[in-house]
Amino acid sequence: MANLKELRGRINSVKSTRKITQAMKMVAAAKLRRAQSQAEAARPYAERMARMLASLGQAVAGNPDAPKLLVGTGSDQVHLLVVVTADRGLAGPFNTNVGRHARNHIRKLEAAGKTVKILTVGRKGATYLKREFASRMAGEITFQGKKRVGFEDANAIAERLTGMLEAGEFDVCTLIYNRFRSVIAQIPSDQQLIPAELPEAAAETASGEAQAWYEYEPDEATILAQLLPKNLAIQIYRAILESAAGEHGARMNAMDNATRNAGDMINKLTLTYNRTRQANITRELIEIISGAEAL
Amino acid sequence: MATFDLELVSPEKLLLSRPVEMAIIPAAEGEMGVLPGMAPMIVALKGGVIRVQENGAITEKLFVMGGFAEITPTRVTVLADEATPLAELSRSEAQARVKKAEADYEAAAASATPEEREGAMDRLLAAREMEQAAEAA
Repeated sequence: MANLKELRGRINSVKSTRKITQAMKMVAAAKLRRAQSQAEAARPYAERMARMLASLGQAVAGNPDAPKLLVGTGSDQVHLLVVVTADRGLAGPFNTNVGRHARNHIRKLEAAGKTVKILTVGRKGATYLKREFASRMAGEITFQGKKRVGFEDANAIAERLTGMLEAGEFDVCTLIYNRFRSVIAQIPSDQQLIPAELPEAAAETASGEAQAWYEYEPDEATILAQLLPKNLAIQIYRAILESAAGEHGARMNAMDNATRNAGDMINKLTLTYNRTRQANITRELIEIISGAEAL
Repeated sequence: MATFDLELVSPEKLLLSRPVEMAIIPAAEGEMGVLPGMAPMIVALKGGVIRVQENGAITEKLFVMGGFAEITPTRVTVLADEATPLAELSRSEAQARVKKAEADYEAAAASATPEEREGAMDRLLAAREMEQAAEAA
């Protein structure tokens, strides 16, 4: 049986761990609220954008010289995966879930004979995927040391993607990120960015609005050329925000569990400690009594 | 008087969503007054001020930094790259942006392709608009 001093030491160390995890939980909770409201604030823009793109895209989709961002390059040989994760760990299975999702996706694509390239956003995804797919890494982006990720950051990624597409470095681009469903549920999901997935026009007519014929100023092609990169940026922005909200939610959960586990452990250790102490006292007493009796 | 729903959103938030009588929006090819019942249109925006009219008077002015507007007979949706109520514009920031845009334009004028030059010019004009709007506020 462990001696008392050792037990005391362990109890103290678990207690300080509990303090840390509790503090991290509080911090995550505060950050979560901010991240969540930021994600919610970005939603209307993304929705309106999708609506506008739906009405615009249909008019151009059949056109052979429609922009590449909308219809792709016409081939689907080279796939680029943009994997969005957190920069920090200690968030339960948050990062590994996305990583695993990405890995399965890559395996599937490679089994089908496609070439895969990976662009990671967030440090954790990079370290996870580099282990296995080092040769396929096309780049990594992190927001480490940044207090708040703004639209400009997403825009920079979108510009990079557009540049790569123009240079013919990939044909299909898919975004993999943790969708924020609730504080306790983040779902790793993928979304195709290029060629753009057009939302169904049926949704528009179903909402009671007649399909309108639009006039364009200056003209359709110019507007589309501006709208598509913006749509790309907004999709990425949304994914980053959702992932950020999910990260804090996951961390809050993980830290809550850790705090609870530490509490259980402290109880167990305290019980052992008290028992050992009692046993020691009893033993000493017996020794004294049997010593006295022997006289 | 008849109204239509005006929605103004920027990537960061939803700034405005309510029925108004008229909105004047800075379309790429000149300012444009929008009244209820207008033919459906999609326009690109340049940097400028959106003015909102309710009950016969202009009630709100917001500066937008480029974007798009979708106009239907009953609804106008403005997707702005950036949008700030005029009262919150800061003059010093606007001036800093004009300076930066001027420098960018100088750089672009020397080397870049015509499209890039045009883009830089647009940004410069938008920044100047912002400065003017900030001064007027």
